[in-house]
Amino acid sequence: MDFTFDSEQNDLREAVRGLLERAYSDSEARRKAAANEPGFDEKTWSRLAEMGLLGLPFAEEHGGMGAGPIEVAIVAEEIGRVIAPEPFIEAVVLAGGLIAAVGTDEQKAQLLAAIAEGTSVPAFAHAEIGTRWSASASAVTATQTGDGWTLTGVKEPVPTGARADVLVVSAVVDSGGTGLFVVQGDAAGLTRTGYRTHDGTRAANVRFDGTPATLLGTGGDQTAAVERALAEARIAYSHEAIGAIDTALRTTAEYLKTRKQFGVTLNKFQALTFRAADMYVSLELARSTALWASMVQDAGGDVLSAADRTRLQTSRAGRHVGKEAIQLHGGIGVTAEYSVGHYVSRLTAIDHLLGDGDFAAARLARTVGDRPTVDPLGAPYAG
Amino acid sequence: MRLQLSPELEAFREEMRTFFTTQVPQEIRDKVAAHRHVSKEEYVEAQRALNAAGLAVPHWPVEWGGRDWTPLQRHIWREEMQLASVPEPLAFNTSMIGPVLAAFGNQEQKERFLAKTANLDIWWCQGFSEPDAGSDLASLRTTAVRDGDDWVVNGQKTWTTLGQHADWIFCLVRTDPTAEKKQRGISMLVFPMDTPGVTLRPIELIDGGFEVNEVFFEDVRVPAENLIGEENRGWDYAKFLLGNERVGIARVGATKKMLAQAKDYAREITVDGRPLLEDPFMATRIAEVENELVALELTALRVVANSADGKPHPASSVLKLKGSELQQAATELLVDIAGPLSVASFAEEGSDVPDWARVATPHYLNYRKVSIYGGSNEVQRTIIAGTILGL
Repeated sequence: MDFTFDSEQNDLREAVRGLLERAYSDSEARRKAAANEPGFDEKTWSRLAEMGLLGLPFAEEHGGMGAGPIEVAIVAEEIGRVIAPEPFIEAVVLAGGLIAAVGTDEQKAQLLAAIAEGTSVPAFAHAEIGTRWSASASAVTATQTGDGWTLTGVKEPVPTGARADVLVVSAVVDSGGTGLFVVQGDAAGLTRTGYRTHDGTRAANVRFDGTPATLLGTGGDQTAAVERALAEARIAYSHEAIGAIDTALRTTAEYLKTRKQFGVTLNKFQALTFRAADMYVSLELARSTALWASMVQDAGGDVLSAADRTRLQTSRAGRHVGKEAIQLHGGIGVTAEYSVGHYVSRLTAIDHLLGDGDFAAARLARTVGDRPTVDPLGAPYAG
Repeated sequence: MRLQLSPELEAFREEMRTFFTTQVPQEIRDKVAAHRHVSKEEYVEAQRALNAAGLAVPHWPVEWGGRDWTPLQRHIWREEMQLASVPEPLAFNTSMIGPVLAAFGNQEQKERFLAKTANLDIWWCQGFSEPDAGSDLASLRTTAVRDGDDWVVNGQKTWTTLGQHADWIFCLVRTDPTAEKKQRGISMLVFPMDTPGVTLRPIELIDGGFEVNEVFFEDVRVPAENLIGEENRGWDYAKFLLGNERVGIARVGATKKMLAQAKDYAREITVDGRPLLEDPFMATRIAEVENELVALELTALRVVANSADGKPHPASSVLKLKGSELQQAATELLVDIAGPLSVASFAEEGSDVPDWARVATPHYLNYRKVSIYGGSNEVQRTIIAGTILGL
């Protein structure tokens, strides 16, 4: 058991932090990037590719770096620290992760290399109106036509759905279950309507009308693969959330030390400092759980359960710290020109994209009686 | 970053588990698990069993019976001990005065006290808090005035836990009332509880039990050789001692054990024809506490891994704060699971209420103490805000 980062991991963190701090030196830079299409900075995306980060978790034979979950966690946290709008988790961890998990060798060689180079930004078109956080598809149907497939139905909201040049789509297959398909951005019968989301990123309504698609992998029900990819993305989002919570807390503490009312700085008021202390407790408990979940993934343990645990802890921490960060700032906290509100907005989006704390708690509750005690270093987590 | 314990640590854990579950009498462990009263003799028997195996004071210097373990080994030792419901070595001896004597006592004091302290041949109690000095401990008023070769002690201490069993007391006393800072005029004295002029009065708590006491001193003569360390440096030793007290105060293993009991008992209670454990609201409540406990355990592991030179990491305040809240949440769950049975606290023979339900409410009420002692949770928030956040 070792909770420390090695020197290469520390170097990676320094490098990513340096790159992102240059790109988003203040909250104005982030606002500007988010204001213009496609909702992130293409130059920063290229720089992330040059540093090898967009192929970080992919095998070297597919143009990646062959790094593990801990390295992904480090990048995600640094993204959260400045709430960089680049869709690292959406494109690399989730869509790329699915391609890496179920794609054929040929698909992996072709699609993953393009993601790693920064020339392809894929999106996972999975969410559907009227359901939530399910691993299976119901609103898009796949039909086999000769040696190909067509898709019909609607996916929404699809993060980065309008900018993406490749879509990984979940769809109901004739044989039952959920299949995964690849759709090119310029495919016939594909209509995408993008919009801005509250956190400054982008999502889209993606409509398929007999749209030609290629089977990802070799077929069969892929619900389990989707469940696993969602779990890995939930873990990565936990790290993005930790980065954002950390900054929200540090910003708030700094504000309490400088803002004066009644002739004294706000840190003279115990009603405020005690709340900041509680925010720190929430952050550190969530950070421990997020680190652990990545270690579980690294060790080959029960990723689904570990993801639920970190999702629950970071969801509660994100809401606690986010709401208090604004309250402790006062009015400035709800203005668009000040940074902290944007962090809360992003934390709120992270909370709802792939499942919130209540969702995770309900899933954990279903198996709470299976074991008398939970040993985070033992079965089923240690692999 | 690596999740798994090394094979050596796995073997260590197994060794601890085997020892605690086979070498400490089952009757005593059953009492601890059932939250029933543990007698002085049982505490002593359990600690001597541990001490004979070198497991009572592993965190002490090797010279005095310590084991030179890593922080992770100590964590496993404590966790396994709590999971096996072994009465923990008396904190006043092993976590408080023992380490102070080993660090600041003179050679004669070390030889006189340490071995007996580890073996619970001497039962120590703590004379710190006073009626007007709780969280503001440094405002204590008990005085010690030098008279020839003796100190003469007058004043009153309170919240002296298990003082009724104690042979000796370690006491903070004011030796320099003129000191500019109130912290600078305090010394630490030790003396037998049967010294003339010492009177002990038990305080009944809301659970009906007696575990804390008031202690009164009237012209108590303490030989000068019983001063620990230097005169007027007692506050430094108290801080050192309280820092030690905070390590391990998360009590993760003990809370885990309570949650395991909560699950068992929630299976025994039926609601609308189904076990209470299958009620989604109850199951979620347990799952949420359990998840926070996982987070706390992992945070404890991070803190022990990052503690340098035996000094507690500032984040150890997080462990005290959250650890006490989760202990309280677990006791509250047990009361709620017992439901109406939870009122039968003092039922005796002739009652069909199971033992666990009888003790649930007294335990819950008693455990309100854990967010108050060891530096109240408000003191911990002050430490976090000041030391960590710089507020």
